[in-house]
Parts: sequence; C-alpha cells; structure tokens
Amino acid sequence: MHRPRFRRLTASIAVAATAALLATSCAGGSGGGTGADEDINKKVTIKFWHGWSQESEVKAINDLIAKFNTTHPNIKVEATPNVNDDKLTQGVRSSKGPDVVSSFTTDNVGQFCSSGGWVDLAPFVTKSGLDPAKTFPKATLDYTQFQGKRCALPFLADAYGLYYNKDMFTAAGITSPPKTMSEFKADAVKLQQLNADGSIKVAGVMPTFHGYEFTPAHVLAQWGPTYVGADGKSNLASTPQAAQMLTYQKELVEALGGFEKLEKFRAGFGEEFSAQNPFQAGQVAMQLDGEWRTASIAEDSPTLNYGTAPLPVPDDQADSYGRGYLTGTVIGIAKSSHHQAAAWEFIKFLTTDTDAVNSFAATIHNVPTTFAALDSTPLAGDEHFKPFLEVFKNPASNSTPASLNGGKYQVTFQEFCYAWEAGRVPDLKSGLAGVDKQIDTDTAQAKP
Amino acid sequence: MGRRADTTSAAAPPGRPAKVKAPPGLRALRRRRGARTVAFLSPWLIGFAVFFAYPLGATVYYSFTHYDLINPPQWVGLRNWRYVFEDYPPLGKALRNTLWLVAVMVPLRVLFGLGVGMIAVRLKRGASLFRTLCYLPFLAPPVAATIGFVFLLNPATGPVDQIMDTLHIPNVGWFNDPAWAKPALAMLAVWGIGDLMVIFIAALVDVPREQYEAASLDGAGPWQRFRYVTWPSITPVVLFALVTGVIQTMQYYTQAMVAGKVASGIIGAPGQSFEPGYPQGSTLTLPQLVYQEGFSSFDTGVACVLSLLLFGIAMLATVLLMRRRAGFMTAED
Repeated sequence: MHRPRFRRLTASIAVAATAALLATSCAGGSGGGTGADEDINKKVTIKFWHGWSQESEVKAINDLIAKFNTTHPNIKVEATPNVNDDKLTQGVRSSKGPDVVSSFTTDNVGQFCSSGGWVDLAPFVTKSGLDPAKTFPKATLDYTQFQGKRCALPFLADAYGLYYNKDMFTAAGITSPPKTMSEFKADAVKLQQLNADGSIKVAGVMPTFHGYEFTPAHVLAQWGPTYVGADGKSNLASTPQAAQMLTYQKELVEALGGFEKLEKFRAGFGEEFSAQNPFQAGQVAMQLDGEWRTASIAEDSPTLNYGTAPLPVPDDQADSYGRGYLTGTVIGIAKSSHHQAAAWEFIKFLTTDTDAVNSFAATIHNVPTTFAALDSTPLAGDEHFKPFLEVFKNPASNSTPASLNGGKYQVTFQEFCYAWEAGRVPDLKSGLAGVDKQIDTDTAQAKP
Repeated sequence: MGRRADTTSAAAPPGRPAKVKAPPGLRALRRRRGARTVAFLSPWLIGFAVFFAYPLGATVYYSFTHYDLINPPQWVGLRNWRYVFEDYPPLGKALRNTLWLVAVMVPLRVLFGLGVGMIAVRLKRGASLFRTLCYLPFLAPPVAATIGFVFLLNPATGPVDQIMDTLHIPNVGWFNDPAWAKPALAMLAVWGIGDLMVIFIAALVDVPREQYEAASLDGAGPWQRFRYVTWPSITPVVLFALVTGVIQTMQYYTQAMVAGKVASGIIGAPGQSFEPGYPQGSTLTLPQLVYQEGFSSFDTGVACVLSLLLFGIAMLATVLLMRRRAGFMTAED
C-alpha cells in the first residue's frame, strides 16, 4: 500500500466520520397559527398524533373519529398511533407537523406550555363558552396547565392502585388487602414463595424501582409529596416524605430477599404491556399498577382470580388511605397546526362529549375526566375498576407537578433512587440534598 | 532589460527571487484550469459545505444559545459550556464509559479480527465455510443482534447463565449488572468482527510468500515470522482498524441504548421515562447524551456543546494515533 496515500485516506475517513458526529444541526420550523377565528365549516384535514398502540385502542380512537365525523363531516382526521413525546415535539416544530397532539406524560405539560409548542387554549375555551371548572375535576385541571397557561385539556385519566392475586392471598391466609405500609410488607413476605435452591418462585411484590410501575413517583405519592417548595426550589431533602419512602423501600427489599436476588428474578419478567406481565403470569402476588391493567387482564388472562384496592399508605398517615398517584392523557393543539379552529372542535368533542368520553374510557379502561362522564360511567359497575374511580375522586390523591424542563427532575430523582436501592448512597439526607441542587440547576438551565 | 524586466515587481524584497508576471495567455489558461479543477471538485466541495462546514458552524453557534427547537435561539454566551463542565454529572459517567470502550473494546475487536483472519488464511480445508460463518454475525442488524444477546445473557432465563449454573460457575448479571454491562457489550462487538476479519485476510494474503520462506530458511519460528514478516506488512491495516474503531466507538449508541431498554424492561413507550445508560449509568455514552439533551430535553445548546466535545475527543484521538503511527511502521515506511 502506498503509505502517504494511505495516511491521507485514513485522515479523510477520520474527518468524515467525526463530521457525522455533528449531525445535530438544527433549523427552526414555522408554525401554523390560524387562531380561534378560523371558519370551522371549511373542509379541512387535520392530523392527530396520539400514543395509543394496541389494536383495540387504535380501533377505539378510529371509532371516535367516525363518530365525530357524523357532526363534523367537513373535518377529516388522520390519526397516527404510538407517538411518544420525543417524536411529538420533533413533529411540533415542523411546518408539516400534527394539528392535534396528545401525551401520556403530564410531567411534560410545563415544557409544552412554556415553549409554546402547544398553543394557549384560552381563546378557544372562551369562544366556545366552556367552563373548565364546571366540566373537569380540579386535579385534572392542575396537570393540564403551567403557571396559569392552559395549553391542554384532560382526555381520560389514570389512577394507580394495588392488584392482588386472591388465590395466593387465600393460600397465605390473608383475608383482605393491606391498608398500611407495614401490613403491605408483612403480606408481601407471607406471599413470597421460594424454589428449592432459595431463588424466588413467586415474589410477594416486586419492590425494586425497575419493577415496571413501582417507580419512585408512583410510590412516593402515598406519602403525599410536594416536590417543590413555596420558593420554587426542589424540596425532596427538606421535607420528610422522600427519605421516609426510600427508607421503607429499602426495608421492603431486604425483607423480600435483597436487591440482587429480586433483580435477578425481575430480569426474567415478560414485557409489561403483554400477557406475560408478571402479575398476569403469576410471578408476583401483588402489583402496583394503573387502572388500564383491568382491560389487559380481561382480554389476556380472563381466569385470573384477582382483586384491586388503593395502594397502602404510611402507618402514620392511615387516615389518607384511598389516595394514589394520578396522571392522565393530555391533549392540545400543536403550534404547527394550520387548522387550529378545526383542531379545537375535535378536542372539544373528545374531551367534553359525555358519550365520547364514556365510550372511549369503557373501551380502554381509563378513568373518565368530566363530571358528567364520571357520574354516568358504566365502569362504576365493574368491581375491579371501581377502586380506581375512588382513588381518582380522593382529594388526597396527587400527581407530579409540571416543570419548565418536563420530567427531567423526575429522571434525576429516579436515578438517585436506583443508586439508593443498589446501596450506592452512603448518606440519604445529603444524597437527597444533592438531588435538590441538581434539579434546581437543571431548572435554571432550562430558563431562557 | 527587455520585456521580462517590465514585469518584475519593484517591491520584491532583497535576497528573494523576483516574481514574474505570467503572460496574459498563460494567465487565462491557468484561470481555465483552475475553474475546471473547481468544477471537478464541486461535488465534494458542496458536500463538504453542506454536510460538514455548515453543521460545524451551526453547532458552534447553537452551543452559545438557548434553543428549544420551537422558539428562536437566544444568545446566552458561555452558559451552556459552564453547565456541561460544572453542573452536569452524566458527562463524567459518559466519558469514563467511552474511555473504557475505546481502551477495551477496540483492541479486542482488532485482536480477534486479526486472529480469526490468520486462522482463515491458514486453513487448508473448509476455509470458505469458516470465513462465511465468521462474517455472518457482522450482517446481523445491530438492534436484532443486541436483543439476541440480551436474551442469551438474561441472568434469570438466558441459556448462558443456565449453562454456567450447570457448571457451578457463579452467575453474573450481564446487561443487568453495572460491573458486567460493558463487558457484555464488548462481547457483542467481538462477535461481529466480520468486517475486520475481511480486511485482515486481504492484508495477510498480501504479505510476500518469499519473505516467509526466507525467514524459515534463517531458522525463524512462528512468533519470529509473525513479528518480523507479518506484522511489518500489516501495520498500516492495524492502524486503519484502530483509527476507524476509535471513531466508531465515539459514536457508540445503538447497541448501548437497545441493551439498556431491553434489559431494564423500560422501552420508552408513551408515558414511560427511560433513562439511558441502564444499569446505573454503566452503558451511558456521549452520543446517548447528545440525543437525550437534543431531542428529549430539547436543550439544543447543551446538545451542541456535547457534540463539539465529542468531535474534539475524536479528532484528538485520531491525531494521536496518526502521530504514533511510527510504532506501526517499519523504517522503510
């Protein structure tokens, strides 16, 4: 090989390849912005991006669209399923992006509103004479606005509670679901089954933070956290809830065999959103999960003998039993929309039409989000679903607050929790103080 | 003095040969030649400008701005740079992981590629089958290959750990254990060394046979034949493999991301927040951070700082390797 030429070739490859590292070049997209005064009788096509992906869910959305078209034949809706928030925001900045956008992540509402990626709905709400306070429960109104700007409306909600295997409860001599965290731990220990070699056969519960919905935010909700103080700063260290929750979680993990043993068992779990879900597969006796699991069980594991209840609360807060973590689907108009008035008509239909809300909620087993729908939902007669409706209505139920940089503060807290459960945090108090400092720094960085 | 004297620059410094103005015909010819050269180079020049110069310039500019991809960028000076270097813990993790991958995975790939290439060259029978079998893994799509490895190395249900159990070898967590996740990724990389094997086979068959014969006549053993005949001939290819390996490792994204998602069980579906680098940041790499900041947190400024850092490290590593090429070259090179 000719050496100088070879060196030039190698150098050229080096430059070309390193250039590829810089493929993050960006150019701003232009939005639509037709506003609330657009003629709604115009024949238009709007694009609706949503996160539902299962066949039954996508069919339910398409049925809703067909129903909408009976009253709005001039508005054609093109729905795109399985869109997560990354794709959504990338689409919003494009001039050919979606008109109607929805997200399952209420944490990101702050980012959607503050960036202007989701437009302010106030002019549309006013023009259509909608009174949000008389239409939607307060909890849902809180997680669909940020610092007074309403850029989303609630489109069904999720409430978290406890699923328990009744057959395993009976076999272990347990007569009712636990109400306090100490009962929860005692029951989990009783329900745990081991193989001859000492490995776990059935876990009482999977209490590590990668145990699907057993996330720090979902568990911490039982302690009633605030996350942010009156000064706007993160208060995980200065309030007792996070430390209490983490201390309890570590005790629970130790009681069930320790972190490594549980993680090894967890590695054998099937996919969360499938029939191989560990609760449905009989690998865990109890599971923290959302109300939507009732639909999956009915479809994939109809013979499973199970019950549902609110998740237990700390012993010193026993009077708050019935609370749980709340979140939901939020829906709004993208900045990229060229047909905002038509988009609003569709959103208004999806979020406020009682029949639409109830039929969709009943199909995908989500909590309806209007007072009228809550009063008339057929799901109230479902013994498995009813506890989730109660959790949703409980005034002590709570959600994670919206923030300027979306769920970044949750990721920071979550990573700390992973380190904690793995035994890599020597001092909990100072560790949480470090988390607060990082969250405040990240929030400052997100400000323009 | 004739015509030549008229064209001599009067300001020519003493001691230097005077510049001579070319006759008009020659100048026109040179212009035409220059224009033709530029015309021939234009595809490359356009590509360089569009795909390298502009992105590089834009990345530098955006690194000094607050830009969420929705609103116009706002100039914030060095804020993003200070944030990344002073207040951004994932950077240290990503740098350490990248360094580990460069120091372990790249040499391992080169060693295995060379070893397999040498075996393939020496095989008398079944060489084609051997080459095919060794090359096939390279054709597997990275996502599929990674999912396959996570399944094989699953500490609870994977066949590898079950075999280890049977042999009474202590189990490890592989992709679920921060101490073993990077070695597992290195195993995946070594499994797919088909590309390097082909390059090394080409280099090895290029070594003049007579040199081996001469060395044998001089009494050289296998190691001496490799050290004094094979190695000097293939060192440029080894250097090439190292340089491209380092650059590829700087861009390491897909396998680490997929392994983290599959092993953690959190695939980043709508409503789920996935943290790259599972478990416990042990597989976090700089490109994952660039994506995370740029397209999940929509902090373009920080993503651009990280991109420039990545670019700088890749360039530095390349320059160092090129400077150290003397160690790979023989005297006559």
